[in-house]
Amino acid sequence: MTAVLSSSRHATPASAAPSAASGSGSALAVSFRGLNRTFGTGENAHTVLRDVNFDVRPGEVLAILGPSGCGKSTLLRATAGLDAPSGGSVDIDGTPVQGIDSRCAVAFQEPRLLPWHTLQANVAIGLPKSSSAKQGKSKVARLLELVGLDTFAKHRPREVSGGMAQRASLARALARNPGVLLLDEPFGALDALTRIKMQDLLLDIHAAEPTTVLLVTHDVDEALQLADRIILLGKEEGRENDGATIVRTVDVPGSRPRDRGSVELARMRRSLLESLGVDGH
Amino acid sequence: MTQLGNPGASGNSVYATSQEGLKASGVLKTAEADRPRQGGPAPERSPASGRSAAGVLGNGWARLLLGLLLPAAVLAAWQWSTSAGLFSSVQLPAPGAVVEAAVDLIQRGELAQHVAISTQRVLLGFAFGAALGLVFGALIGLSKVADVLLSPTIGALRAVPSLAWVPLLILWMKIGEDSKVTLILIGAFFPVFTTVSLALRHVDKNLVEAGRAFGLKGVKLLTTVQLPAVVPAVFSGLRLALAQAWLFLVAAELIASSMGLGFLLTDSQNNGRTDRLLLAIVLLAIIGKITDALLGVAEKWAVKRWA
Repeated sequence: MTAVLSSSRHATPASAAPSAASGSGSALAVSFRGLNRTFGTGENAHTVLRDVNFDVRPGEVLAILGPSGCGKSTLLRATAGLDAPSGGSVDIDGTPVQGIDSRCAVAFQEPRLLPWHTLQANVAIGLPKSSSAKQGKSKVARLLELVGLDTFAKHRPREVSGGMAQRASLARALARNPGVLLLDEPFGALDALTRIKMQDLLLDIHAAEPTTVLLVTHDVDEALQLADRIILLGKEEGRENDGATIVRTVDVPGSRPRDRGSVELARMRRSLLESLGVDGH
Repeated sequence: MTQLGNPGASGNSVYATSQEGLKASGVLKTAEADRPRQGGPAPERSPASGRSAAGVLGNGWARLLLGLLLPAAVLAAWQWSTSAGLFSSVQLPAPGAVVEAAVDLIQRGELAQHVAISTQRVLLGFAFGAALGLVFGALIGLSKVADVLLSPTIGALRAVPSLAWVPLLILWMKIGEDSKVTLILIGAFFPVFTTVSLALRHVDKNLVEAGRAFGLKGVKLLTTVQLPAVVPAVFSGLRLALAQAWLFLVAAELIASSMGLGFLLTDSQNNGRTDRLLLAIVLLAIIGKITDALLGVAEKWAVKRWA
């Protein structure tokens, strides 16, 4: 496993391009204040999230873990401004999110690239409105290099693999200079090997552009590998009919990249899986 | 218009007809986009692969020749049946007689006039109708309010048979170019309107959300994400509209005109000139097919570029 890891790290030009950090936005704090989200009204009302309170530190990688349907993506969408909470608020850097927030950038589970554009043009869609054409062009080139796609800049999304398309999607998000990078199960649809490579790439990117990262995942190993802290969303005991909230917060010890075979992480993995209602053996 | 026997004219079936259009229309694309792709480079689409697989059928010239087989057979049967004396020359003149009629009309300078004025009417009506169809289709495809306000009315107008408009248009616009072009406009409007409004409603929601997440909205979102996504569907709508335009042209010219292929039809009928009548029909078939083929080339390019 270690061999695969190290070779993949050398294979991506990313580790050689920390200079991409220049001109990046500063990392911003995110606070959830009594966040509630209920879908529907009256008898059909269905509460997904309730009473979510949490402070994400600037520059931190926070993994949001939970069973499917527990509102992980809803939390992320509220942060991006793609969805409005029913109660409470999400504050970024002290000001509440209202509508699409330009301080955030999202990478979705699917690449969601425009099929009629080249990868280069797709990444350019992420550029902030203020950037000049020349600045934008050099930035897109830099980001494509960062995610190892510089030789595929002129390719169209359907001419590259799923992993490459997902890297382009990541580059598009980074083009926005986000104070907060929102990742919604970005590696969920990739094969196991590509996923490990992408996780390492994400760590490289975070080292190069140290922004706040909110990572939604259902993969405990991914959370342990990437995050500084993990929050676990779920239903509280005795309140199974209410929406999910934060049932557990975990500080992940050690600096990244972490040894995937570490005994301590294995113990945490078992404990997290138990919290998710799965046998940890 | 149903009695004229054009399946596109009923208005209900005006969604993507051609294979390209279907494949590229929003519905099918959504399903494709939702399927998670696995790692490993996708197979490059090489232009040669289709040729080797389909053999002769992939060759453009071979296809053209094969496509001409049936018309040639019909022509032969026509020639044989007339020379065998199965029909009188009033019922069915020989192919040679039709060619002679054409030569005669060309020498008098009338044929070019008929063809030119008919083509001009079709192109004008088609252009205006398609443009209006695009605008209203976009409006109704994107705005729920516009949909609720306008859709019932437009649906009812579409149900009016083409010939029903003729007396009213003549009353309002007199027997001139305006009334004819307007009738063709009406015919070209609906296919484009229907395909565009339907396709816009089925644009991959994930793509639109991604566009919104990166700060695109309003007209910018429309031109960056939604319109490019429906370009292939727009083209299949345009092809239907063009077919409708020719259909409505004849409807317009049959009733009130002194020039054009539709006039040639009625005039020949009144004078018992079956040769000219057949000539007009053959010309309508040929010119209609040529304009459709030209649009087909544009559609192919657009599907390749935007899908």
